[in-house]
Amino acid sequence: MLILDHLTHIYDHGTAMASTALDDISLVIPPGQFIGLIGHTGSGKSTLVQHLNGLLKPTSGNIYFNGADIHDDGYDKKHLRSKVGLVFQYPEHQLFEIDVFTDVCFGPKNLGLDKREIELRAYTALKQVGIDDEYFYQSPFELSGGQKRRVAIAGVLAMKPEILILDEPTAGLDPRGRDEILGQIALLKAETGITVILVSHSMEEVAKYVERIIVMNKNKIAYDDSPAKVFAEYKKLEEIGLSAPPMTYIMYALKEKGLAVDTKALTVETARDSILMALKIGNP
Amino acid sequence: MIKDITLGQYYQTDSIIHRLDPRVKLVATVFFIISLFVVRGFTGFILAGLFLVFAIKLSKVPFKFMVRGMKAIIFLLLFAVVFNLFLTPGEPAVSFWKITITWEGIRLALTLTTRLIMLIMGSSVMTLTTTPNNLTDGMEKLMKPLGYIKVPVHEVVMMMSIALRFIPILFKETDKIMKAQIARGADFESGNLIKKAKSLVPLLVPLFISAFRRANDLAMAMEARCYRGGDHRTKMKPLVYKTRDRFAYLGMLIYLIITIFADRMIPL
Repeated sequence: MLILDHLTHIYDHGTAMASTALDDISLVIPPGQFIGLIGHTGSGKSTLVQHLNGLLKPTSGNIYFNGADIHDDGYDKKHLRSKVGLVFQYPEHQLFEIDVFTDVCFGPKNLGLDKREIELRAYTALKQVGIDDEYFYQSPFELSGGQKRRVAIAGVLAMKPEILILDEPTAGLDPRGRDEILGQIALLKAETGITVILVSHSMEEVAKYVERIIVMNKNKIAYDDSPAKVFAEYKKLEEIGLSAPPMTYIMYALKEKGLAVDTKALTVETARDSILMALKIGNP
Repeated sequence: MIKDITLGQYYQTDSIIHRLDPRVKLVATVFFIISLFVVRGFTGFILAGLFLVFAIKLSKVPFKFMVRGMKAIIFLLLFAVVFNLFLTPGEPAVSFWKITITWEGIRLALTLTTRLIMLIMGSSVMTLTTTPNNLTDGMEKLMKPLGYIKVPVHEVVMMMSIALRFIPILFKETDKIMKAQIARGADFESGNLIKKAKSLVPLLVPLFISAFRRANDLAMAMEARCYRGGDHRTKMKPLVYKTRDRFAYLGMLIYLIITIFADRMIPL
């Protein structure tokens, strides 16, 4: 359980270049949720997630992890970082070891675990992101872009976090790589039940997976609700430069024309079923 | 985390110093540094200090920024002070146990630190008020005569400007990689020297890789736009001296004459 209490962050506080990146953010992140954090470039998403594991210190406000203030004196930040795993944008840029397996071991090794536990965790994490044994002893730099990224995610997973935060995990990947990564994450979530926060600027991308969407606009929280309720505001979303998934538009347009469809449908399949159903009722 | 290094960073604001021709600022900085090494007594240092404060005031860059740049050389300063204080022979001022501090040592330590501090501050005024592009434009123009003796001025300057341009990028990159590794439990702060050096590997390897990647991309982008060095290249905004630049040169000359003369006339 992670609680953010009136968080404000100002970069270069007290200088001429001071700029507010977070403005009075309050959030509760209960265990086991799959959350999408959405906002435009520069809306403060990345700054926000860097507060969650204590990398940045808020200018004012508090963060509580499992009941303890993470900026209290003597609070074990390393422990926090193992429990709140943060995968940065382009995480493959942080790979450095001679082979994939050793690189994934880096995180658990820093936690001071014994060798068997480290290797077990690394193995499990690599399996969780779908990397086959044959790649384990290759240099991480020889892998494809999508594979590198999955190895980097495994590097964080190996610390066994309770909360996994992924900052734009699909940036720069082709559609196939994107679907693979998101599919793996959804699978991981289903298998382990950890909390996942997916940061993205695309509604469409997260719509399929998450159960809660937090929309950030101009360093504040604009919406915090279930996807269906957030997408119902699609006109207002456009005003802040975002858009609902294409299916939402179609369904709302159909409804406006008098067809009793379910506007919550997000995928082609559910939309088709809903349209067919509505047509059947309309013309028995 | 590493925002403290100001050398090579530009501070955006509008001031008379910002608007000066980069050649003026380059020449003035060089002469200011020369003046620091020509003067011997404190009269000269006081005058140089006044001149520096005047220039900083004119530049509208907060004084804090200049001081922040100092953190980078604090160890160098400490070394210089300690060595000069204890190892200069001469008339003893304080003496306890086996250590003697001489008047000459105090004087030397003081002059050295003043010189170093003013040197860094003086060059900071230049780099903080001049965009790297402008700076290298100025250098190119100033070094043009070297072209006659087959020095590839344009290429050298281009390399410098790219290097300068990469400083903030690499800082950002370092910050990012550092954070990413800290998120994986890395510890850059505690431990002895060997442990600290070892802990830099997860930072340096990705940093080098990213620097090479960026260099590669840049080279490709330049070639794609048919870049072929300095021959027959023209500038969109050629540098032209204005009245204020002439006055600045004059001001600098007056400063030099006054400082050096005063330093020789009134020894302190």
